[in-house]
Amino acid sequence: MATITHRLLAFIAAVTLVLLQGTAAVAQEAAPADPRAATGGAQTLEDILARQRGESVDYTFRREDVGDPSKAAPMTGQLGTLGGVSDPELWRGLRYGSADVTVSSHGPAAEVVIQDSGMTWLAFREGPLASYGGYLLLGVLGALLLFYLLRGRIRIDGELAGTTILRFSAIERFAHWLLAGSFILLGITGLTLLFGRMAIIPLIGKEAYSPYAIAGKWVHNNVSWAFMLGLVLVTLFWLVHNIPNRHDLKWLALGGGLFSKHVHPPAKKFNAGQKIIFWGVLILGVSISVSGLSLLFPFQMPLFAVTFAKLNALGLPQLAGLGELPATLLPHQEMQLAQLWHAIVAFVFIAIILAHIYLGTIGMEGAFDAMGTGQVDEQWAKEHHGLWYEEVTGKPAHDPTSHPAE
Amino acid sequence: MKSMYLAFLAIAVLAVAADYSLHRAGFSVQDVTSGPAVRLD
Repeated sequence: MATITHRLLAFIAAVTLVLLQGTAAVAQEAAPADPRAATGGAQTLEDILARQRGESVDYTFRREDVGDPSKAAPMTGQLGTLGGVSDPELWRGLRYGSADVTVSSHGPAAEVVIQDSGMTWLAFREGPLASYGGYLLLGVLGALLLFYLLRGRIRIDGELAGTTILRFSAIERFAHWLLAGSFILLGITGLTLLFGRMAIIPLIGKEAYSPYAIAGKWVHNNVSWAFMLGLVLVTLFWLVHNIPNRHDLKWLALGGGLFSKHVHPPAKKFNAGQKIIFWGVLILGVSISVSGLSLLFPFQMPLFAVTFAKLNALGLPQLAGLGELPATLLPHQEMQLAQLWHAIVAFVFIAIILAHIYLGTIGMEGAFDAMGTGQVDEQWAKEHHGLWYEEVTGKPAHDPTSHPAE
Repeated sequence: MKSMYLAFLAIAVLAVAADYSLHRAGFSVQDVTSGPAVRLD
């Protein structure tokens, strides 16, 4: 009897154990929705580890945990003088920009007591921005050197005519040099300010770099106006001449004659390559000017939150798999994004202009004269801008009785 | 080359003029980021 009783008890115990395990498993599957229940709503070890792994952590639970003055204990109650907001809740409100801050100084940024996006900005600026930007410029310089070694200087094929025609008027050249001169100053000062701490201070020391940095910042800030004026003038003078036409396709198909000798595809005042440069300068120039103005007048021209909101409405970031971009940004985040965008555009801009400077100087015989004196040899004009030569002179660019050079 | 040198001169003139006029117009950092309760100079 006792044995049967023991066996029965053992069976019941086993069944109970199995049932309990099953219940526990079900309970585990239906885990509580709040993984931070165990910490009383504070971040968990997993949150901290995820952040340290560089993963994105949704901090909404902290951002919204800023107390509630309407639930404050009465003044006579324990902790009543805190007004419904504990010290940690107040600091969270300050950190996430939701605390009601009143300051006596001007500007929206003055009300931001804590912003934690500075290190992300600094890490990107000194990391991928400087690295990939530097590689881009070195790559372009290397490609130009290789092109020069393989192709050499692009010479004028025919005999120089000895007579010249006006290619660019004085005001066109003035506008070009206003833009070009200011761009070179902005490029040099911008690059040296970006790479100062990384590359220049280790070479010349902080004492020598400091006055240069102050002067470089002054030049970069104030020369920008000449750049913007030059961009406006160049656009006014040359926009019409840079509208694409059917000759551009032929020019592009033949590589502009850049890669083979004695090949001169017809072109009007500007060939397809120059048109690409023009539109690149216009688009990048406007973009860099707008972000530059945002940096020149800190916190007064926020650009990105409003742009992100418009992009979100169009659904473009979602299409690219980026999710919704933040449509609310702190003033400092606006400045950080403006600086990064300004620098990214600048790197692409400089890369394009390096190729332009090469072809306009050592890369092509006779090209500099067009922007130097404004006068080009008729033979140069016939070879590189045959259709424009015919328009200006009324004479044929190629002698119909002679055979074209092969 | 006269146009080029003239443009370079214009860059310098514009830079000095921009710096001077923006300061005069109250766009300096100290003007923009301080309040009336702050004595600047």
